Amino acid sequence: MSEHSTYVPGNAVEKWLDDRLPVVRFAKEHLMDFPTPKNLNYWWTFGAILVMCLGVQIVTGIILAMHYTPNVALAFDSVEHIRRNVSGGRVIQATHAVGASMFFVALYIHMFRGLFYGSYKAPREILWILGVVIFLLTTATAFMGYILPWGQMSFWGATVISNIFSAIPLVGDSIKQLVLGGFAVGNPTLNRFFSLHYLLPFIIAAVVALHIWALHVPGNNNPVGVEVKDSRDTVPFHPYYTMKDLFAMVVFMIPFAWFVFFAPDILGHPDNYIMANPQVTPAHIVPEWYLLPFYTILRAIDFNILFIDSKLGGVIAMGGAMLCLLIVPWLDTSKVRAGTFRPMFKWFYALFVINFIALMYLGAQEAAEPYTTLAKVCTAYYFLYFLVILPVLSRIETPKPLPTSISESVLGKAHA
Amino acid sequence: MRSRKLSPAAHWTSPSDSAKRTPTDGPLEGGWLTILLMWSKVGAGSVICASYGETDLSTQAEHSTTNRRDFLFVATGAVGAVGAAAVVWPLINQLNPDASTLALASIQYDVSPIAEGQSVTIMWRGLPVFVRHRTPKEIEEAKAVPLSELKDPETDEQRTKPGHEEWLIMIANCTHLGCIPVGQSGDFDGWFCPCHGSHYDSAGRIRRGPAPKNLVVPPYEFLSDTLVQIG
Repeated sequence: MSEHSTYVPGNAVEKWLDDRLPVVRFAKEHLMDFPTPKNLNYWWTFGAILVMCLGVQIVTGIILAMHYTPNVALAFDSVEHIRRNVSGGRVIQATHAVGASMFFVALYIHMFRGLFYGSYKAPREILWILGVVIFLLTTATAFMGYILPWGQMSFWGATVISNIFSAIPLVGDSIKQLVLGGFAVGNPTLNRFFSLHYLLPFIIAAVVALHIWALHVPGNNNPVGVEVKDSRDTVPFHPYYTMKDLFAMVVFMIPFAWFVFFAPDILGHPDNYIMANPQVTPAHIVPEWYLLPFYTILRAIDFNILFIDSKLGGVIAMGGAMLCLLIVPWLDTSKVRAGTFRPMFKWFYALFVINFIALMYLGAQEAAEPYTTLAKVCTAYYFLYFLVILPVLSRIETPKPLPTSISESVLGKAHA
Repeated sequence: MRSRKLSPAAHWTSPSDSAKRTPTDGPLEGGWLTILLMWSKVGAGSVICASYGETDLSTQAEHSTTNRRDFLFVATGAVGAVGAAAVVWPLINQLNPDASTLALASIQYDVSPIAEGQSVTIMWRGLPVFVRHRTPKEIEEAKAVPLSELKDPETDEQRTKPGHEEWLIMIANCTHLGCIPVGQSGDFDGWFCPCHGSHYDSAGRIRRGPAPKNLVVPPYEFLSDTLVQIG
């Protein structure tokens, strides 16, 4: 990593430590003195907010695990026990459940910020890919966590999603049995999902560390997308961005707290307050809201494509939707990072955001007209955006002139 | 890391360097790093010999593209990989259905209490199973359908046991995404899946909707007129 430190050990003890394990130096370089573009806006605070979200989930999750029982006969009651009997359990359980939703709010904003400001472009491809890996791990963790209360939606959500594996040709059923530990979702499934749900957040934390490492090699992107040229373009991370991030966290906690204290169940589904029953299906199975866009893409393929049947086709489309994110650094070859300076890109981008929200809405609707046709249209735009629009725009678009430096863009605005 | 800058060159000793070294020098200082570097060089296809200590690399042959040490590295790596796979296998295999789950693989069920026109749902291997006592009208309807009208063509005889046509026994999960269809409903006197709107007929065959296959008939046999063994 680059050396920006102005750290001078203050006394003999610090000097002694610095010669053996320079943690203080490391912290000063990376958490305090790190040169950060001086024009970062509030969209850039969601990284810190996400670190906070992960921390909240790990702390509340460890506490919940002290009172929870991963057994099909006891799991549902143990969650109610936490909510009714455990001291403060009502708030801690609500914080964990609402926290998952807030995590995804921040995660999606963070990703859409990256997609608009071209934060995935060279030299930040690895940084972006690590971010997508974190997104996939978080999705898996959230999905497994939703199984644990062992309500009707937990059970049938797991059943529907595990049927995805059975779409794989030849080995599908074997893989499904391997994942579930039985012929259907049952006690072995609940036990292993609990174990993995406890493990994955720590793996996420490790990938977050790599993500921040990969961030600190090229440094932050910024709203004009022009690289830092000299020290006048930057300010030290502390106190400028520690305070800005802290303020954003406090603001973010306001809706978070509102949900926790006033509407802890509003983001959930009423059917999940009925204990899992393998003999009765809820009339309408929906995953959690944050998985809906990808669920819509899965369902949108209800027709056979050549020799691929509709079920496998849906699975391929859903996987492909995530794969598009991984390869976007090589699909969008425009040299200009920030969407602000790309007159055509920004309209397609706006439509992409609206389209994503539409996919989310459609995932919660019944599989009937006009929703099924709309789902196909929206799915088509999702793929067109990545596979056609971004590569073509990179070639035909004439970007607006860029400011010569971050400093100029900031001062120019001040004089205007 | 600040006190000693380690560059590959510092560990990658050429024969001329090693001649100058004392015997203790090489193996003690980052011997494992040398091995790693050696490994990577072997992988890259161009081999340079690392020498510990004295001028033990006497022959020119050892500096050719492959030598005895390369063979040992590859052989050790291969044995190591097999060993690692042998360790990982049980760690993955434990995820498979356990003995207690497999022990439930076959059940016996007395169908005599089920009246004509009635259907029950029982559990087999953790899966719900429909046992339906069909009426003559339902059987007639199922037999009357021409195969050309079916998405997944199967005759009624293929889905029941000879002499026990009134009994229809099927796994109760919709072949679309696993929901449980509602019995005695739908447009074909069979089942209707409320999740995504699949209609099954009175032989449990898919007639309309997104499901790709007929409801699955598990392996079963009638031990007597009323006792059926599933699995």
